[in-house]
Amino acid sequence: MYNKKVIEVFSNPKNVGEMPDANGVGTAGNASCGDIMKVYLKIEDDIIKDASFETFGCAAAIASSSVATEMIKGLSPEKALNVKNSEVVEILEGLPPQKIHCSVLAEEAIHAAINDYKMKMESESKK
Amino acid sequence: MKIYLDNAATTALDPNVLDKMTQYFITDFGNPSSWHSFGRDGLKAVDNARDEIAAILGAKPSEIYFTSCGTESDNWALRGAVYASTNKKKHIVTTTIEHPAILDTCAALERDGVEVTYVAVDSDGLVKLEDIKKAITDNTVIVSVMTANNEIGSIQPISEIGEFCRDEGIYFHTDAVQAVESEDLNVDKLNVDLLSLSAHKFHGPKGIGILYMRSGVKIAKYMTGGHQERGQRAGTTNTPLIVGMAEALKITVSNRDQYVKKVSELRDYLIDRVLNEIQFAHLNGGCIKRLPNNVNLSFDYIEGESLLMMLDLNGVAVSSGSACSSGSLEPSHVILALGVKPEIAHGSVRFSLGRETTKGEIDYAIEVLKKSVTRLREISPLFNVQKGEGSYV
Repeated sequence: MYNKKVIEVFSNPKNVGEMPDANGVGTAGNASCGDIMKVYLKIEDDIIKDASFETFGCAAAIASSSVATEMIKGLSPEKALNVKNSEVVEILEGLPPQKIHCSVLAEEAIHAAINDYKMKMESESKK
Repeated sequence: MKIYLDNAATTALDPNVLDKMTQYFITDFGNPSSWHSFGRDGLKAVDNARDEIAAILGAKPSEIYFTSCGTESDNWALRGAVYASTNKKKHIVTTTIEHPAILDTCAALERDGVEVTYVAVDSDGLVKLEDIKKAITDNTVIVSVMTANNEIGSIQPISEIGEFCRDEGIYFHTDAVQAVESEDLNVDKLNVDLLSLSAHKFHGPKGIGILYMRSGVKIAKYMTGGHQERGQRAGTTNTPLIVGMAEALKITVSNRDQYVKKVSELRDYLIDRVLNEIQFAHLNGGCIKRLPNNVNLSFDYIEGESLLMMLDLNGVAVSSGSACSSGSLEPSHVILALGVKPEIAHGSVRFSLGRETTKGEIDYAIEVLKKSVTRLREISPLFNVQKGEGSYV
């Protein structure tokens, strides 16, 4: 069962939607397991200016996506890499044990998006 | 507005049933096992309830055993048959879409060395007699097939399977918990030896069930500690709940034809509108041989539990066969057994209508459903709103 906070975030998630001008995009999870999280980042001057997500998954996955993207806005990519799933759980005031993996998925999707950004930067600097 | 479309999970207690029960909580509270007048009054009420239930099932009163719930009845039937069997090797035949009360019990028995064959179903969720026949071995102790499935409402050929089992001399059990409101549960017509029921699925109280056991069937007792239920099931006789169950069963059976007509019309209306008005929606299970109150739908590109939550936020209570709502991260074993892909099985929700459900409620539920599916597809990375199409890749 979900607490009030999770339901509140789920019913009004922030940062929903594709970001056409994102320069870092990462995905975690797979459909056959029941959840996929896709995170979009716009990084300028080593700061995450904007973050958004698209999620296929349960209420906890959607709430975790909202909280995690909210948390990393304004951080440097390096700092964003240090954001832990436990902090997402904390902001959600707890998740049922079998839902903790949703917060892990959010962490993984953010890592994937930042790595995507780094790879793009590397390949650009080689040009 | 709050709309309850989860009657397969449980039903509201009928106020008439509550009326009948009240006196057995407060004034006629005696223990039916006691020799004084309080006890005798209780015993009279229980005997009367047993007679009424037996008459409805076409059984003898001595073949009705009161239990705490359908799960207990299922446990007793399977474990009791196995424990009483003198076969050196013991084998059970059941199906892949049974309720966890059967599947988890079989799994526990497997750990004790019992062999279990799980017979598959077709894409409509129906088991074939031929497949049951093939599964039987010399060691088969009991066959257990549910009368109607709780998730997709598929109604199994119980009578045929029962006839076959009788010819083979193998006990036949059915979990009929979901079937009471619409199906004739005459035990002779069904050819069953053992049958499980639970009162709260037909507007009776929670905490009381039945195991019907045909005369001559020998299964081991499961609950020990007293002489109740003719020494076969110990535990203080639950007079008020037994009285309530009998009353609920009488009311349900006397309204059966009316119920089936009304609810199946609403079911078909709901299915037709959803399939016509929401893209990428599928009905799980077949159109015929389906409980009149069961609608199980999958919506592509979204996940069932988040849909359940969004419907709930808008006052519509349904259940999700999928994912994590049940505490497990696996999609429904029933939907998977139909051959549905896991990613689509994850997007399934069950609407189970009740005797009080109205067309206005269904209309409201459809509007909420349309909005919720649209919203979750906006959030989903698998669906492109501009193009109006999706992909799992």
